[in-house]
Amino acid sequence: MEKFITLTSTVVPLPIENVDTDQIIPARFLKATDKLGFGNNLFADWRYNKDGSTKSDFVLNNTLYKGEILVAGKNFGSGSSREHAAWAIAGYGFKVVVSSFFADIFSNNALNNGVLTVVVTPDFLSEIFTNVNADPKTSLTVDLLNQSITNNKTGRLEKFEINPYKKECLLNGLDDIDYLLSKKAQIEQYEKAR
Amino acid sequence: MKTLFDKIWDAHVVSSVENGPTQLYIDRHFCHEVTSPQAFNGLRERGLKVFRPEKTTMTADHNTPTIDQDQPVKDPVSRHQLDTFAKNATDFNMPLYYPLGHQKNGVVHIIGPENGFTQPGMTIVCGDSHTSTHGAFGAIAFGIGTSEVEMVLATQCVLQTRPKTMQITFNGKLGKGVTAKDLALYMISKLTTGGATGYFVEYAGEAIRNMSMEERMTVCNLSIEMGARGGMIAPDETTFSYVKGREFAPKGEDWEKQLAYWKTLKTDEGATFDKEFVFEASDIQPMITYGTNPGMGMGITDSIPNLDDVDEAGRISFINSLKYMGLEPGKKLEGKEIDYVFLGSCTNGRIEDFRVFANYVKGKKKADHVTAWLVPGSWMVEKQIKEEGLFDILTEAGFSLRQPGCSACLAMNDDKVPAGKYAVSTSNRNFEGRQGPGARTILAGPLVAAAAAITGKITDPRN
Ligand code: SF4
Repeated sequence: MEKFITLTSTVVPLPIENVDTDQIIPARFLKATDKLGFGNNLFADWRYNKDGSTKSDFVLNNTLYKGEILVAGKNFGSGSSREHAAWAIAGYGFKVVVSSFFADIFSNNALNNGVLTVVVTPDFLSEIFTNVNADPKTSLTVDLLNQSITNNKTGRLEKFEINPYKKECLLNGLDDIDYLLSKKAQIEQYEKAR
Repeated sequence: MKTLFDKIWDAHVVSSVENGPTQLYIDRHFCHEVTSPQAFNGLRERGLKVFRPEKTTMTADHNTPTIDQDQPVKDPVSRHQLDTFAKNATDFNMPLYYPLGHQKNGVVHIIGPENGFTQPGMTIVCGDSHTSTHGAFGAIAFGIGTSEVEMVLATQCVLQTRPKTMQITFNGKLGKGVTAKDLALYMISKLTTGGATGYFVEYAGEAIRNMSMEERMTVCNLSIEMGARGGMIAPDETTFSYVKGREFAPKGEDWEKQLAYWKTLKTDEGATFDKEFVFEASDIQPMITYGTNPGMGMGITDSIPNLDDVDEAGRISFINSLKYMGLEPGKKLEGKEIDYVFLGSCTNGRIEDFRVFANYVKGKKKADHVTAWLVPGSWMVEKQIKEEGLFDILTEAGFSLRQPGCSACLAMNDDKVPAGKYAVSTSNRNFEGRQGPGARTILAGPLVAAAAAITGKITDPRN
């Protein structure tokens, strides 16, 4: 897994609530047996017409908005446990998703793929939307070490929560499997003791 | 003093990461073709074996046709995924592999309980969010991502942050014509789709106690639709008699020993939850959804909310949602013409759902313009439908049966509702495009689905 320490980037705004995993990556794209190529189908039904042409009114097709940070409305990632949603977000090139609320499994999956989910207050979120709307060049800085996110337009800074273990993993690019494999002896002991 | 959740969780802790998650031992892992290939590839890349192959049950269900299952699967991409699943089962020596056509094949959350894999007191995971279904037996069951599937295959453990606990109580009795699905849709409409995020729910109260195992599974299944990590119900005589005698259930002395333990699995008097809700079962009427998430539900005789009833931040989503559904604020849905009916999925594809449906349509005729997909959750359900004479009732009324699988629940196969068409569906998600691009899903229980199939309209089954 890639390390994550700090990132400053312009953002892609998606001010919609309850964006579910079926919108992030529709089920018909789940037939793959590897993790590659999902970025092309991120938000497929909002992004493309039936004939494959792009829908001009969707934000990913608007050249004004670019960046490695996706900012989305409340309750992002609800629905299925498909990790394909996280692969699509990462595959498209997002390194951070900012929202005021995330669905559990999505957050877990994102973190397991080196994508940081940052929870901000509803007020901070709506201010980002306002600023980005007025000036698409508005950038955010996400600093994992200090657990802070800054709206560089206004200078407003907020602290965010992250589990200390997960933070270590991201900072060092380690994943959970490495950790669990190191515990094999203990697992066998647990099995015997039952 | 511990809650049911605490008792099972604590019994499965292998270690705790300092300032971090718990390493939890997993008793049963269910696995299907869509969320597992990358996990098996991960094992290959790391040169690992499956640690405890006998603790993983594999079934092909998500990406499978519901007709001509004895023929090669037509779509080459789907076929490749199924072939990969088979290859993984062989390469990693997995003893419990149920491919298409196998008599134990079916939707993963249906075959688990049916075959006795699902038991009280267990920790159960699957790369599928509706794993919460198995909580109906008094188990900690939750959905995981593919990285976690890899962890379970490699170590029989996952790392999990301990969720908070919630208790939801339903006092009193459900009215006539009101099903477990209606109870769940009612609850989600009250709590919203994020209302239980971060929590593990225990259901309690008279209305829950009175339920059969099938009904309890429907309720626990839908826990995830309000964001809960999972849902559970303390095991009781209903649970024990369901489990007893099933193929993979404990036998003889082992049964007695387990049973004695299972009887201790209940929340202690005086134990507290982080959050509690209480509902009256008699307040619940048959439910339908009008929007594009399961929290957008209402009683079948109610009207869609007006824009003023929705809080400001949610209005864009509300308007988009109704636009997608082709519906207007403030309107009633009763009497609205529909095009498709889907009976099936891990929510309502069990034998009892077919009994309810068949009982309603008995002696009536399906509306001509309605396309009805009746998809048993497993071959075992299909067999029971035939043995109990339900098949004849359904045929008489103009219905036919398809072959088991997830089918139109997520429409990965050919069972797609065409764009713009309305489907009354007993599945669990009405997200945009869930049942096919442009498909308009109205979630409901098996009884409302039966009534819609007969009249061709949204109809209150109590009339
Ligand atoms: S029936 Fe639907 S919800 Fe259930 S496991 Fe299959 S796809 Fe998932």
